[in-house]
Amino acid sequence: MSNGNMNLTLKVWRQSNSTAAGKMETYQLGGVSPDMSFLEMIDMLNEQIIRKGEDAIAFDHDCREGICGMCSMFINGEAHGPNRGVTTCQLHMRSFKDGDTIYIEPWRAEGFPVVKDLMVDRAAFDRIIQSGGFVSVNTSGRTMDANAIPIPKDDADKAFDAATCIGCGACVATCPNSSAMLFVSAKVSQFALLPQGHPERKERVTNMVKQMDEEGFGNCSNIGACEVQCPKNISIENIARMNREYFSAAVKPEN
Amino acid sequence: MKLDGKIPEGPLDQKWTKYKNSVRLVNPSNKRNIEVIVVGTGLAGSSAAASLAEMGYKVKAFCFQDSPRRAHSIAAQGGINAAKNYMNDGDSTYRLFYDTIKGGDYRAREANVHRLAEVSASIIDQCVAQGVPFARDYGGLLDNRSFGGTQVSRTFYAKGQTGQQLLLGAYSALSRQIGKGSVKLYNRHEMMDLVIVDGKARGIIARNMVTGEIESHSGHAVVLCTGGYGNVFFLSTNAMGSNVTAAWRAHRKGAAFANACFTQIHPTCIPVSGDHQSKLTLMSESLRNDGRIWVPLHKEDAEAIRAKKLKPTDLPEERRDYYLERRYPAFGNLVPRDVASRAAKERCDAGFGVNATGEAVYLDFASAIMRYGKTAATVQGVHNATEDQIRELGTKVVEGKYGNLFQMYEQIVAENPYKTPMMIYPAVHYTMGGLWVDYELMTTVTGCYACGEANFSDHGANRLGASALMQGLADGYFVLPYTIGNYLADEIGTGAISTKTPEFVEAEKAVRERLEGLFKTTGTETVDTYHKKLGKIIWDYCGMARNKQGLEFAISEIRKIREEFYKNVKVPGGMTGVNTELEKATRVADFIELGELMCLDALERNESCGGHFREEFQTEDGEALRVDETFSYVAAWEFTGDPSAPKMNKEDLIYENIKVQQRSYK
Repeated sequence: MSNGNMNLTLKVWRQSNSTAAGKMETYQLGGVSPDMSFLEMIDMLNEQIIRKGEDAIAFDHDCREGICGMCSMFINGEAHGPNRGVTTCQLHMRSFKDGDTIYIEPWRAEGFPVVKDLMVDRAAFDRIIQSGGFVSVNTSGRTMDANAIPIPKDDADKAFDAATCIGCGACVATCPNSSAMLFVSAKVSQFALLPQGHPERKERVTNMVKQMDEEGFGNCSNIGACEVQCPKNISIENIARMNREYFSAAVKPEN
Repeated sequence: MKLDGKIPEGPLDQKWTKYKNSVRLVNPSNKRNIEVIVVGTGLAGSSAAASLAEMGYKVKAFCFQDSPRRAHSIAAQGGINAAKNYMNDGDSTYRLFYDTIKGGDYRAREANVHRLAEVSASIIDQCVAQGVPFARDYGGLLDNRSFGGTQVSRTFYAKGQTGQQLLLGAYSALSRQIGKGSVKLYNRHEMMDLVIVDGKARGIIARNMVTGEIESHSGHAVVLCTGGYGNVFFLSTNAMGSNVTAAWRAHRKGAAFANACFTQIHPTCIPVSGDHQSKLTLMSESLRNDGRIWVPLHKEDAEAIRAKKLKPTDLPEERRDYYLERRYPAFGNLVPRDVASRAAKERCDAGFGVNATGEAVYLDFASAIMRYGKTAATVQGVHNATEDQIRELGTKVVEGKYGNLFQMYEQIVAENPYKTPMMIYPAVHYTMGGLWVDYELMTTVTGCYACGEANFSDHGANRLGASALMQGLADGYFVLPYTIGNYLADEIGTGAISTKTPEFVEAEKAVRERLEGLFKTTGTETVDTYHKKLGKIIWDYCGMARNKQGLEFAISEIRKIREEFYKNVKVPGGMTGVNTELEKATRVADFIELGELMCLDALERNESCGGHFREEFQTEDGEALRVDETFSYVAAWEFTGDPSAPKMNKEDLIYENIKVQQRSYK
């Protein structure tokens, strides 16, 4: 059994709904174990808050194993906190010290309005996928055999790496321009690298970029913070690939 | 209640084909006027909603998460089974069918399972066509690996993120339909009740989790793809939000709940480390392809390891007990989950556990790393490679196969599993029980269907690894789209369904009163406190091992918890706006009732089968002892108005194509 021996000062963004003004609230929390995950520490804080009869801190979370993409905290000025290649739910309190002050904020971007406290609305990402992030194939049970088209392992592996994006939005939250290029390019790349994605590649990239712009995300200025803070280590090579896809779609619309 | 499985006539391998050839169809112009509600957007829900919309129905899809892509299917790791026989190792539809029935300890329906095996190959074709990036070999063809309970390699995978890739495939199909306007998505909405009009499911009451509004939604049919109920244990590998409420509310409205006690305890999870833990993390079964499970052979070594006086890597081979290889030489580390979990518990109970709590065994990759390293050295032409070189090469191979899992492990435990064996222990993972459905996947409520983990139909008393993804997608892509037509063919003249009828108004009122009631206590305890209490009781008495006395005790304790919960729970905030504690409270209230049913079901079943191990019923060497003469049936429980007094209905299981025998993996 782990001993809870850390005392922390937590500065947490509280905002009762999307239109209310928010502010940082300060909480003291003792008895934190280094083996706790960051979200388990927040659970503990919430138990303390509820027992006082106050409203619990709302935050998004679900799988707590780094794959659903739901958790989304900006911790000490970094998306998903200080460690690389992990989501907030995979961050453990052993990454902090007794006596630390920790600032916890929601994602901040025009495309992601705050719903409550640390919870934001990321439906813009869904709408971008709806605009073209798919292969148009109906369910039939009569598609060709899965092995009919061999795909070079290297292409398949790269497509997979791009496809591991969890849609958490850390890239947007981190980018000074609130650009969604890493997210969009990961999906565009996955399909650009696979033969199944080729018939629609031009419309796909054109439509997805258009939707991305309409959602209020900023432009990419090659800063690269998104790649650093991405919990799944999605590479900015994907952005370069998307730019190529976009230009070739723009230059040769008929072919 | 009369249970009619509606299993088609004819030979087993022709039932589904014949069914499809004779099932009634709905013509395209009529489909446009029919609405279907799909609750849940995991593999089953997304694939069903997308397929129904492609066919021309109007679909409303509901999920409680902020996006349909976050449903917990996303966390499935190891793979998806399909009888493709790409490996030329003797696989076939029949073998997949046989392995699944046997793996389920002869408690699943033959016709359903055969259909599942039949459509399995189409799932892989469909997913590849969608652009799902499965793992491939250097020739560009799809790779396969092995899972527990089989002797062939039929598992397709995408590293340790197969569920993610399959769900994103289904989500993209769903997104395409949302973009076209054929599916209307209701995210951050939770189903609170099923609405029945003139004996048919006609809609749902949902809570908008952002505004707090209680809303009525109507449809000609309701499809529940709401997953399993493993979170009744509080600690499980399920997502925090996974819950039984949709299924349980349908149960309270007349849908029979089947085999509630059939829960799967997965053998390879990261052990519990302290009271703070909110969930447990799975380490994929695929790791048992290469990992060898062991505990020290001698108790004094186990004690020294627990006291941190001895490192596992220092223990020589002859002082290790590879107990699965010892007890089950034919299947070794790849025995089915129920068998592997019980064997781990047996060793730990006997005092051989290896972490501070005494509840952990080792999963060791050292020999796999050296084996792969040697092959890599040969392939790369490294002559006279040193042991360190071999280890380095082997580590790279293992990283390529399981990298993300090893990383997850290291994050949680703060130990490097490439260098020291992983510690693992069984944890709750999946529930085979669920809403009773017939061959058409319809529950005992007319017009209400259940797909995926939410139903009970295909896995008997124990599910084989990599079969949950298969079943979810089979139900959603290839089964429901056919079977629902047989019902909707009668609905073409119904017209739009109003939500202004007394049935909807009353259901909405009842939901509102139920939720408001939770604020009326003057209580002081948090929702989690009750959830933890409930989970502990169920884990202790209705977990890996059960007995009559323990189950009776658990039932009385759960009744006390239920009473105390309604008196003393503290839910802050109010009905409007986001209220995460209210969400939890409604879910836990239903888990408490379900927990009692699980214990009643386990108490009634005086035999051991699959994941249901009654200590009174075991063979001399500690294996599950089935009592086929008496218990070869599905227990379908009917709600009577009192959660403590459900009525059991039996559906006899008839095996015409398989010889029922004692399961052996020796």
